[in-house]
Amino acid sequence: MKRILIMGATSAIAEATAKIWAKEGHQLYLMSRNQSRLDTLAGDLVVRGAHRVDVMTFDANQIEDHQRMIDIAIQQLDGIDIVLIAYGTLSNQVACEQDIHLFLQEFNTNAVSMMSILMHLANRFEAQKKGTIAVITSVAGDRGRQSNYVYGAAKAAVSVFLQGLRQRLYKSGVHVLTIKPGFVDTPMTQAFKKGLLWSSPDVVAQLIVEAIASNRHILYAPKYWFLIMQLVKSIPERYFKRVKL
Amino acid sequence: MSVLTTSSGWGRYPQIATYVNFPQSFDDCQDMVIQKKQLIVRGLGRSYGDSSLAKETLDTRYLRHFQAFDETTGILTCEAGVTLRDILQVVVPQGWFLPVTPGTQFVTIGGAIASDVHGKNHHVDGAFSDHVIQIELLLGNGTRVVASPTHHSELFRATCGGMGLTGIILAATIQLKPIVSSRILETSIKLACLSDLLDAFNDYQHATYSVAWIDCLAKGRHLGRSILKIGEHAEDGYLTSLPKRVLSVPFDMPAHILNYHTIKAFNALYYGRTPQTASTRQTTYQSFFYPLDRLRHWNRLYGKSGFVQYQFLLPRDAGEQGLRDVLQRIVNSRQGSFLAVLKIFGKGNKNYLSFPAEGYSVALDFKFTPSLLTLLAELDQLILTKGGRLYLAKDARMTEHMFKSSYPRWDEFEQVRATYHAIGKFSSLQSQRLGLQ
Repeated sequence: MKRILIMGATSAIAEATAKIWAKEGHQLYLMSRNQSRLDTLAGDLVVRGAHRVDVMTFDANQIEDHQRMIDIAIQQLDGIDIVLIAYGTLSNQVACEQDIHLFLQEFNTNAVSMMSILMHLANRFEAQKKGTIAVITSVAGDRGRQSNYVYGAAKAAVSVFLQGLRQRLYKSGVHVLTIKPGFVDTPMTQAFKKGLLWSSPDVVAQLIVEAIASNRHILYAPKYWFLIMQLVKSIPERYFKRVKL
Repeated sequence: MSVLTTSSGWGRYPQIATYVNFPQSFDDCQDMVIQKKQLIVRGLGRSYGDSSLAKETLDTRYLRHFQAFDETTGILTCEAGVTLRDILQVVVPQGWFLPVTPGTQFVTIGGAIASDVHGKNHHVDGAFSDHVIQIELLLGNGTRVVASPTHHSELFRATCGGMGLTGIILAATIQLKPIVSSRILETSIKLACLSDLLDAFNDYQHATYSVAWIDCLAKGRHLGRSILKIGEHAEDGYLTSLPKRVLSVPFDMPAHILNYHTIKAFNALYYGRTPQTASTRQTTYQSFFYPLDRLRHWNRLYGKSGFVQYQFLLPRDAGEQGLRDVLQRIVNSRQGSFLAVLKIFGKGNKNYLSFPAEGYSVALDFKFTPSLLTLLAELDQLILTKGGRLYLAKDARMTEHMFKSSYPRWDEFEQVRATYHAIGKFSSLQSQRLGLQ
């Protein structure tokens, strides 16, 4: 049985992942903004076989609360084996370009708050010398595009942060996993027209569980996104800047 | 926020543009019901016709949580968007099974109740709603009520089989049935004609599961050539819900792939493959109940224009002759699908619009062609004169007259809807076609 903390637990990918972990009989601690949705999810996970589920509401942007919340969670879990950080917002690029406050708020949510949480967690994991830190970033962080570079820049910041963290924690035997989902059909992306490249949260969740179990470093989910992003990254800037993406 | 998309039922006829709303909680549902002028709820979209189609739909895919399960009593409570597959995955390893299951696991529990689905055990166990202990329903005025056979019973009776027209089912409590093995003992019996088949059904009337696959191309004295499948839960073995590999139809097949000759060849093969005398084998519950679930998107086999599934009921007193008349008409049309599925129903329940009642139920697919609607209208007439009716979950085209003549309790149904604020609020393409308010 593993002790697992999920931050942003009611996001579709986190929820699907939690359902798999519940079936495996692990103990879960769920955090997200909405109390009633947390309670609903906790009830579900218990039926699916979770050893025990606790919940706590949290607001990622209350940075001064991070230390305390993480301490409470780990204390209630009686230790920690895996943390999955899955929250985030899909920033409205056009609105952010018009409103600097909105832009900063989005960047704080998707990048600054996450890195703050990761700093606290890194110290805990480094001290215990074991465990997995898994974080959902995005393929959008692999290359900036005019249609969503606010979101992409935040995800890129976290991805780079994780690269450094991976090196730092390697010595302590702590596993750091960067998860880069492609297009996933979730409430966050409901406005998009879905096509062939879209996956369900269940598919991505299965890959996450496997990647954590097998100590992978970077997971493109589904895996063909690795090839797509290699291609996207290989286009020289002088051509890329003309592309409507 | 709602999303504009093209939507259809499983038969892919008709298709319409619709605004889909994705509530993530009961509170979201409440807001949407209050805010939208008119809407219909949609689960996995496995009803074949237009019962989940409307200008505004409420998609229950994110209402997919279990609420409680007592493994000693087999009582399960879950949200409406939980699928039958989700349920089996959780309960089979603990020795429980669905009391009634349709031919696919890919329906939500909300959909199963709204269509009051039936299975191969209708003659002994009744329909799905006969095992529903209670439902939580969101009414058209935004209030939430719990309905059961004893509490708000008329609302319960209207909602089970009520095609989503009484409100949004938010959650349901059902009684599961105990099993000791996840495997099924399946007996296949080859039958040369309709009389033999009906005799065989009679011989096996105490069997838990029974269904027959009729070769729709066999005519004359061969009419009703079929294979009867009998099933029982195995008494020993293990409990597992591990799925088999799934194949997929990747795109629309050219419409002419399914034609008279390919179907004839398939049926000859299928019939020929079954041994002459009754044979019993042990199989998984998936392959016994859900053979088509292994072929994802099988509805694409019928090509772009889709198909209509036609399922009718003939009361027992229409007799073998009645059944023979209708089958004859279908076979002569040369438009029917591979196979027709025949099931003998036991007594019906007290719901206003539930389909099953004592008699014969036959289901088959028709590839959609312009001449099809004329044929089906003729069949409707024939079925109506014999006192039969059509299954609303399959229907995409019957007339208001056909509906109101064959579902005589439709006006009581409307009264219940009026009492519980459903009139005008919950409405689908189907309900409008059938003349429901």
